[in-house]
Amino acid sequence: MVSDDTTPAERLLLSGNEAVARAALDAGVALGTGYPGTPSTEILENFSRIGGLAQWAPNEKVAMEVALGASFAGARTLVTMKHVGLNVAADPLFTSAYTGVTGAMVIVTADDPGMASSQNEQDNRHYARAAGIPMFEPSDSQEAYDFTLRAIELSEKFHTPVFLRVTTRICHSKTVVIPTCSVPAPQKPEFIRNIKSRVMIPAYARPAHKRMRERLTQITDWNERSNLNQTIKGNDDLGIIATGISYAHAREAAPEASFLKIGLTWPLPIKTIENFTQSVARCVVIEEGDPVLVETLLAAGLKVEGKDPMYRFGELDVGRVRRILSADTSPEPAPAKGKPPQLCPGCPHRTGFEILKKLNCIVPGDIGCYTLGVLPPFEAMDTCVCMGASIGVGLGMRHVLPDEEARRVVSVIGDSTFVHSGITGLVEMVYNPPKTGHVVLILDNGTTAMTGLQEHPGTGRKLDHQPTNQIIFEDFAKSLGIERVEVFDPTKEAEKFERALAEALKSGELCVIIARRPCLLAVKKIREYEKQAAEANAHE
Amino acid sequence: MSNTVTNVVIAGLGGQGVLKASDILAEVAFRAGLDTKKSEIHGMSQRGGSVNSDVRFGSNVLSPMIPSGRADFLVVLDGDQVDVNRHMLREGGVLIDPDKIDVNALANRRSLNVAMLGILSNHLQIDLEIWLDSIKANLPEKLHDTNIEAFKTGRNAAGD
Repeated sequence: MVSDDTTPAERLLLSGNEAVARAALDAGVALGTGYPGTPSTEILENFSRIGGLAQWAPNEKVAMEVALGASFAGARTLVTMKHVGLNVAADPLFTSAYTGVTGAMVIVTADDPGMASSQNEQDNRHYARAAGIPMFEPSDSQEAYDFTLRAIELSEKFHTPVFLRVTTRICHSKTVVIPTCSVPAPQKPEFIRNIKSRVMIPAYARPAHKRMRERLTQITDWNERSNLNQTIKGNDDLGIIATGISYAHAREAAPEASFLKIGLTWPLPIKTIENFTQSVARCVVIEEGDPVLVETLLAAGLKVEGKDPMYRFGELDVGRVRRILSADTSPEPAPAKGKPPQLCPGCPHRTGFEILKKLNCIVPGDIGCYTLGVLPPFEAMDTCVCMGASIGVGLGMRHVLPDEEARRVVSVIGDSTFVHSGITGLVEMVYNPPKTGHVVLILDNGTTAMTGLQEHPGTGRKLDHQPTNQIIFEDFAKSLGIERVEVFDPTKEAEKFERALAEALKSGELCVIIARRPCLLAVKKIREYEKQAAEANAHE
Repeated sequence: MSNTVTNVVIAGLGGQGVLKASDILAEVAFRAGLDTKKSEIHGMSQRGGSVNSDVRFGSNVLSPMIPSGRADFLVVLDGDQVDVNRHMLREGGVLIDPDKIDVNALANRRSLNVAMLGILSNHLQIDLEIWLDSIKANLPEKLHDTNIEAFKTGRNAAGD
């Protein structure tokens, strides 16, 4: 690391998320945007805390579009999301690879192998190849810092969006970071018209696709010559190719081996990799999740081996890497059974699930704390697929089930999830109403609780908890023409709430019931923000 | 022993301060000039479920996760979580469980996490000042006195 002789380099202990935020600040990122999602959430929270401009968008698609617009205007931008969030943002993502960018656009995808807090363990390295967007994969917080800077440089040098792919163990592990930023200062945003690059009608998109492929070829050459891929000479018997956190596990599992750590993992530096494979007798690819890297190398004709399919599931660790290296496919010991999480005692969501169970409802559910309503003692949830799916799934069931069963279907969705992806579901309900009607129950606890109490457009406060315009769910539902819209405090008005839900099910109408009471963990903070806002108003 | 890395697993239930304790411990090692890594899963930590955190420090730490059976110390804040995590401890490793401390001796039961660090501190060659500074750096000022008392209670409890 470069440091001035007179002042010792700053040495910090940072999580991967904190390191990304710090790099974004040091590089002059003008806007960070995203949607909360474990394990990515703390990136924007930290960026805001240390002085960056950070915003929660209603969902990842909108966040990506906002970031793209800012980068068209020449600014450096950061857009963050969890792995499944990238599915939501996939539409602007793919075409942004055609349009390219002007100021840097770094897309952080935070994957969750092992599903510590997710509904699937999709491997977002596939997106780099599918969309034609370069991807960096840091192996610790120092690289999370360094690669964020390198991603900004690469994005501006080649006018392409760039991925920074992190995983739970990078995001939430703390390691030592010495921050040294050599990225030149950002340009001042200005609008420079460039219609053929940015208006993707077919006539302009066809050459744009070719430009994108040419760019990837150039970046491959650049990657071959870069210092992003590190070779560590060990013995010649065993060579290990690894990326991201797998590198750290593998170094510990096989300290005597030779290593090639790839930093920019798409497009791959195939020549560098080929030279490495030829320098060792046996070459093993150690990667978490899908066999993305090994299959690409095999397709390129390189002599490498991967892992047994049993290691595709879950996270890797030092022990599992040892097993992969020794081709051990004996059954693994069952993980220790800890105590599962549960809805907090006194959680306002509890009443709703007690009533749903009592009324014998069929419950398409959604993503959030309230998904825990599936566990005993409630067991009052029948489906959970993705953000917002409760409404569409509930409508689908209503359309085809026999009437007496259809009348039991209630879609249950949280407040932040409703804003994220429930709004279009509600429009569908109005547009294609089932003949038995439908009931949507919004569990509104005034925060994005599951990811750690983030604000959203329904709270009336921004990421930094400062007041802003508030979306009122009941007004919105009524504006769509839904007449039966009711709001209850599930704790104080439990009986009224139960009666209303029972009547709504019988009515055959389109109904929205909002159970509104703040999350127990958030209520003190919410009161504090409201008090501060009232005081600020009084001073004006 | 050629292993120059010290491995500490801290475990308990959501809300007990497992992550706060591991933050403090990691900062202690970091301030002592050691290479330090700390790893945990905290998506569900506020929902009362099992939580554990790995803290590793020494001359050069590679993986942030402690391999099974390699923990030098297992610090458990809830008695029921001891058996779940025992497999992490190496042979001859030290178990620090809540029986080691009288919670009634603490001004506030919520500082059990820091009291347990007090017990752990007797096993590590790190200056007391670094411990106290790290506790202060990780907690709001109004909690400093209670937690430093708790730390000292733990540090003295293990002196028998």
